[in-house]
Amino acid sequence: MKAYALFLGCTIPARQPHYELAARKALTKLGIELVDMEGTTCCAPPPIQSIDLETSLAIAAYNVCLAEEADLDILTLCTGCFESLTIANRLLKEKPELREKVNKILSNAGKEFKGTREVKHYLQVLMNDVGVERLKQSVVKPLNKLKVAAFSGCHLLRPSEILRFDDPERPRIFDTLIEALGAKSIPYKNKLRCCGGLLRGYADDVALAIARDKIVNAYNAGADCISTLCPFCFLTLDLGQMLMKTTYKEEYNMPIIHYAELLSLSLGVEPKELALDFHKIKLDKVLEKIG
Amino acid sequence: MAEKSLDFAREITSKHGGETITRCYQCGTCASTCPVARTTERYNPRQIIRLALLGQRDEVLKGDAIWLCASCYNCQERCPQKVEIADVIYALRNIAIREGNIPSIYTEFATGLMNEGRLAPISKFVEKKRPEYGLPPLKPTDIEALKKILTATGFDKIMFKREGASP
Repeated sequence: MKAYALFLGCTIPARQPHYELAARKALTKLGIELVDMEGTTCCAPPPIQSIDLETSLAIAAYNVCLAEEADLDILTLCTGCFESLTIANRLLKEKPELREKVNKILSNAGKEFKGTREVKHYLQVLMNDVGVERLKQSVVKPLNKLKVAAFSGCHLLRPSEILRFDDPERPRIFDTLIEALGAKSIPYKNKLRCCGGLLRGYADDVALAIARDKIVNAYNAGADCISTLCPFCFLTLDLGQMLMKTTYKEEYNMPIIHYAELLSLSLGVEPKELALDFHKIKLDKVLEKIG
Repeated sequence: MAEKSLDFAREITSKHGGETITRCYQCGTCASTCPVARTTERYNPRQIIRLALLGQRDEVLKGDAIWLCASCYNCQERCPQKVEIADVIYALRNIAIREGNIPSIYTEFATGLMNEGRLAPISKFVEKKRPEYGLPPLKPTDIEALKKILTATGFDKIMFKREGASP
């Protein structure tokens, strides 16, 4: 099975070890070899793009260069990293003038972007390298009773012209992978709409109002949990429910669970082997249904 | 007036991300698909583009609105004129920041990047917990290489001011 350069980014290793742990366990069980990258930096996501787009491209390209040198494609867990690195990788591959400009910058750090490698989100690796059929066969604990509200986050899908991950209006990949575990991916209102997470720190009230919609819509659709791929969506919706208690005096107790955690559980990883105590909203009801 | 408005439009289209702004014909698809615009009256992407194309430079760059885009790309995805709206907003933010209009949270982001090479500072609690879970130690960022990139692009020279567009 294929080896990938694992690009962890900032937030997952520093703040959400439960995501990293679940992803490492599940992907390794499925035969994917993960090679830890050396000397990476922040991927230059929207907060840095807001300060300077050209610097952001150069930083992202620098990180892609590290994978080129290691002769491996990049695997990301965070959708934010997926977006930043994919945009840089695609734009520099397809626009020679931009590539020349960025390479001039990178030469100061002793790097040259060559355009020899791909950036993949781990869902693409599950779809294309593992395959849905083999994934289904690997499930030892089907999540049959679980109704999951899939929430991929914006930057897995959009801007679709560059990311080319799935149909941006009617995506199926994430739902297919949830259903491969035996769970039901349920429809809910405004499923593809943003969680508001990037407004945290600038307009907390607006961010929380947008996050609230997400929780309410999943709750009203009868979801047992919302499944996420992005650490910022996770934080916004999990910690967000604590803030909703104080701001709106509302309590939904909607568990937020990274897909990698659902995947690990279905592959037979015991809950105690995962770092589930990092969840603010407890997963007891979800674990009960999984059995 | 016409001359002035063209100047600002030219300035935006010359920036990376801002190239497509002049394609806008004000249909409002962006505003109607925007999760922020339906939550607060402080933000309307169609209006920002309108003001920018009318040359209202100060109103756009010194105002609060450009900082309320959540970068979800719904508008960009659905724009019938293929205006890259979310990227236009980035370009406007890039110009605003170079002129010292920077919300304090962005100063924090920039500082985190320049000092540690990461936006999320390492939590000592998590760092201690990692080995208990069997996770490898956190690898250091290559801050020296990053500094060379930030110097080459002039990022480290951008004047970060504490006051600015914060609400």
